[in-house]
Amino acid sequence: MTHKKNLGTLFYYLFSILLAIVAMIPFLWMISTSLKSRGALMSIPIEWIPKEPSLVAYAKVFGKFHFFRTIGNSLLISVSYTLITLLSASMAAFAFAKMRFPFGNGIFKVYLATMMIPTQVTMIPLFVIMNKMGLINTYSSVILPSIFRPFAIFLLVQQIKTIPNGFIEAARIDGANLFQIYRKVLLPLCAPALATLAVTTFMESWNDYLWPLLMLTDSAKTTLPIALSTLNGQYATEYNVLMAGSLISMIPIIITYICAQKYFKNGLMDGGIKA
Amino acid sequence: MKMKAKTKYDSNEVRAAYVFLIPSLIGMVIFSALPLIVSGLISLTDWNGLDSLLDPGFMSQHFIGLKNFKDILTGKEFWKVLHNTLEFIVLYIPLMLCLSLLVAFLLSRPKKGVGAFRVMFYIPVLTSWVAASLIWKSVLSPEYGAINNILKMVGIQGPDWLLSEKWAMPAIVLVSVWKDMGFFGLILLSGIMAIDKSYYEAASIDGAGPLAKFFKITLPLLTPSIFYVLIVSLINSFQLFPQIMIMTDGGPNGVTQVMVERIYKYGFNYYKMGYASAFSWLLFVIIMVCTFIQMKGQNRWVNYDA
Repeated sequence: MTHKKNLGTLFYYLFSILLAIVAMIPFLWMISTSLKSRGALMSIPIEWIPKEPSLVAYAKVFGKFHFFRTIGNSLLISVSYTLITLLSASMAAFAFAKMRFPFGNGIFKVYLATMMIPTQVTMIPLFVIMNKMGLINTYSSVILPSIFRPFAIFLLVQQIKTIPNGFIEAARIDGANLFQIYRKVLLPLCAPALATLAVTTFMESWNDYLWPLLMLTDSAKTTLPIALSTLNGQYATEYNVLMAGSLISMIPIIITYICAQKYFKNGLMDGGIKA
Repeated sequence: MKMKAKTKYDSNEVRAAYVFLIPSLIGMVIFSALPLIVSGLISLTDWNGLDSLLDPGFMSQHFIGLKNFKDILTGKEFWKVLHNTLEFIVLYIPLMLCLSLLVAFLLSRPKKGVGAFRVMFYIPVLTSWVAASLIWKSVLSPEYGAINNILKMVGIQGPDWLLSEKWAMPAIVLVSVWKDMGFFGLILLSGIMAIDKSYYEAASIDGAGPLAKFFKITLPLLTPSIFYVLIVSLINSFQLFPQIMIMTDGGPNGVTQVMVERIYKYGFNYYKMGYASAFSWLLFVIIMVCTFIQMKGQNRWVNYDA
């Protein structure tokens, strides 16, 4: 029996480590490549660990692209995007989950149905609309769509429905109006769900590619993924530069993950099956 | 069915509800409903992106009926793109499903170091598609890349990956599996965690080992999660984009051209907005069919006893 158990443990670690190696090798490769000089990139046999580590690639990334500015753009956009999503979605979800009003069910169904629409269907007209409003090349063009995130609304409705009506009734008897209830009762009770939503929304916005690619053509306003993709155009085979840029772009999101790991877990639990 | 009887609404509550809904309603109209309708209209035109859509004579000048759809469906390209996507799906979904099940199984065991493995399996998910694509472009570089040099150590001459018509799509599959297995693995893990522990206890008493438990208990009771993962990954497969744009740009010789890449290029490189819109509606139809299968299929063969 114990022999069998040991064998099980052995296989467990064998598979875990194997899979971890598969997951990690590209990153180790990224770090190693980013520390190579241009010459070392093409040495045969290849240097798994650079013999003479150099920061040339990092200097190039920081010199050629306003990386700090780009990180700032990304932060500004992702934080605003997340805050507006939380605000707008929690307001809508409160109405759907706890209030009775004409067409409530119908509107909710329309919201759900819009989740099916792929971005690619709406992107051309939306481009025209943004152009008409003079918003192309502004942060707003990328931030504003956060006002309507049906999936976020859907998740929060599920969450808010679990809050007993008694809490809301009690506040009402105490004379609070619905806006006070929203602020003082609902938001605090939803805090864990909101935190989870915040983390996943931030990550989505931070990593988004298609929409900022269309909207932000000015390199001073652009976000990290887009700056990285232009780096790809300019340094097609200078992998040390590309890897240095990729590594820098990953740092903020990894820090977010480490700080907010428990919300990531909850997020997956909520988003997983019920959807 | 809901009662249609006249219900008394509290007028304060109704007013408050609509105030709470204003932001999302405005957003829904501007960012979803209106563009959807306009996109449908554009798909019936030969609009080149230049003339103003609001010109009074726009429709009479540019309306071409269903010609775009006819051109797309009778041309070779759409079917080639669909074929490319199918090649992706056939390779990606089984591989991704097996590996994410493995991830979920490994992370569900109460062993030492599980937390560290969880982080390592999840870092690819956190990486942006752009960074992931760049990293893999470097890893897959034929002469100086990691993969081919590892293969060389065991005496295998690796292919040219992204430069080879035969290996470009499998290479895209590789990146996508690598990036997605942690995400789907964690969804499956939450499904595993929701399974009632008493099933396992009963099986232990009967002398079942971990593998027997996995195949006899976990897998059957996990069908709702597996089904969800299948449909989501299927829908995602029709929407490949960043990895294609950055790693191959649709090449070599068009073997990695996919729907979203085509829509993007027809719209914003060739300014064939009508054609691109029609293309995007075909994508929409495919996604609607997948969603429909999800809604119907869920009741059909998914085991909800967990």
